[in-house]
Amino acid sequence: MLEVRELTQRFGGITALEDVSFNARKGDITGVIGPNGAGKTTLFNIITGIYSQTSGSVHLQGEDISRVPAEMLAARGLVRTFQNIELFGNMSVLENVMLGLHTRSSSGIFSCMTKMPWHLKEERNIRQQAFEWLEFSGITDLAGQKAANLPFGKGRLLEIARAMAVNPSIMLMDEPAAGLNNSETRMLAALIRKIRDTGVTVVMVEHDMELVMDICDRILVLNLGRMLAEGTPREIQENPAVVAAYLGEG
Amino acid sequence: MKFLVLALLVLLLPLVAHEGYLLNVLVFVGIHSILALALNLLLGYAGQISLGHAGFFGLGAYISGILTATYSLNPWLAMVIAAAAVTLLAFAVGFPILKLKGHYLAMATLGLGIIIYIVFNEAVDQTGGPSGLSGIPNLSIGAYSFDSDMRNYYLIWTFALVAIGLSLNLVHSRIGRALRAIHDSEVAARVIGVNARLLKVQIFALSAALSAVAGSLYAHTMTFVAPASFGFNFSVELVTMVIIGGLASIYGSLLGAALLTVLPELLRAFQDYDIIIYGLLLILMTMFLPGGLAKGLPQAASYLKTKFGKGSSADA
Repeated sequence: MLEVRELTQRFGGITALEDVSFNARKGDITGVIGPNGAGKTTLFNIITGIYSQTSGSVHLQGEDISRVPAEMLAARGLVRTFQNIELFGNMSVLENVMLGLHTRSSSGIFSCMTKMPWHLKEERNIRQQAFEWLEFSGITDLAGQKAANLPFGKGRLLEIARAMAVNPSIMLMDEPAAGLNNSETRMLAALIRKIRDTGVTVVMVEHDMELVMDICDRILVLNLGRMLAEGTPREIQENPAVVAAYLGEG
Repeated sequence: MKFLVLALLVLLLPLVAHEGYLLNVLVFVGIHSILALALNLLLGYAGQISLGHAGFFGLGAYISGILTATYSLNPWLAMVIAAAAVTLLAFAVGFPILKLKGHYLAMATLGLGIIIYIVFNEAVDQTGGPSGLSGIPNLSIGAYSFDSDMRNYYLIWTFALVAIGLSLNLVHSRIGRALRAIHDSEVAARVIGVNARLLKVQIFALSAALSAVAGSLYAHTMTFVAPASFGFNFSVELVTMVIIGGLASIYGSLLGAALLTVLPELLRAFQDYDIIIYGLLLILMTMFLPGGLAKGLPQAASYLKTKFGKGSSADA
């Protein structure tokens, strides 16, 4: 599904990632873990076209997407969520999700200005589908609220609803549990499984080990920009190098 | 609903203000409204500054003026050519300069405006230079010529109402949402597939084209154009109209344009002190109505209501 080959990223003299390769399989939930500064977010920023890598390549369903700019990836089925939640704060919850359907609609400036019939029909479809994704995330009752006024946990659910509205084949989630309390994290785990069950492949960076071990099918461990280990949750838990990195030994 | 009230107001206002001077001021309010609206699409909705919009306005006016006064083209055709030419120019310039952000974009658009202004002054053979270009014909439909203040008033406000209607449709569509999304979080807009760069350039071009139409209307209404109307000062005045009226508010553009057009006329009574009072009023308004008139007026009204009780709410 998503294949990363020999990825290296240098910022000036600092090497953020070196020779990282992995393969997120279709239908899996893949976790990316590692101590702070391991290069996890850098990895996401390269995959999603926000940074350009120094060398190596990224392939989505066999196609090289290394040089594809961020705004073109959604149409190819790749979306992401952000660690600090990036919402459109001045817009309503519903409008945020409607924006997720942007690539699945096509009315141009002129048909929008002149309210052409096909544009109005499209608008109705967008609205209806947006409501379906609000329901998916369980936040239908918040539809009319201004996104900036949502509590953090609800904002996370909205960000996920918006990402699902893009109709992705793969979703990258950057620390989805960050800032959530225990019950919110449990709901998030259920939601991520629900996302996987709709056929969407999930790759997530996460610090919450309990969550990672609970829902991930495979785990990739990064440390200081290098791959430390890859395997099932059980394999990772038993890997001495991983234990050492986390406990600061060796 | 608001739109119908506005249309009715536009229709009936000349019953009160039928005298030449007042009507003339209202003609300018109309032209400035189109310009403020055009700039608000770019500044208020897409969040991109332009300090060169007077240049696009001027290009519309000069292209229309030269094609009709010098080359005797039909004024309507000249207006279309002017809008098309400015759209092309905006696309050509927009792709490189809209990569810039904030102050840098302000500088780049400022430079563009100044270059255009210099061309108006220096291309004397075509533009008449600093002394201007005269003999521009009025617009006409058949034998009906828009040659009186009253006729121009209705002509320009028809254009303004159409521009307002189209803009309202636009901002409430997927394009409008995408624009506001870019404004709120460009990175989030990009990852859900909004092509921010292309959209910014498209809106820049639309905004420039609308300004050019306002320019054409101006030229055919005044029948005379001179560079002084299209300088840096006017670009800043347009930005002020948008901010005073309310960013990302279509009707706000109208309020801002009306205020900044009417206020200097009212302040004439203060003679030499008018510019000081004008400046003070603008400073006070930005301090106390940061959301512009569009947000500030309803807020002020409800404040007065709570402060003075229900009894006097009618006065507020």
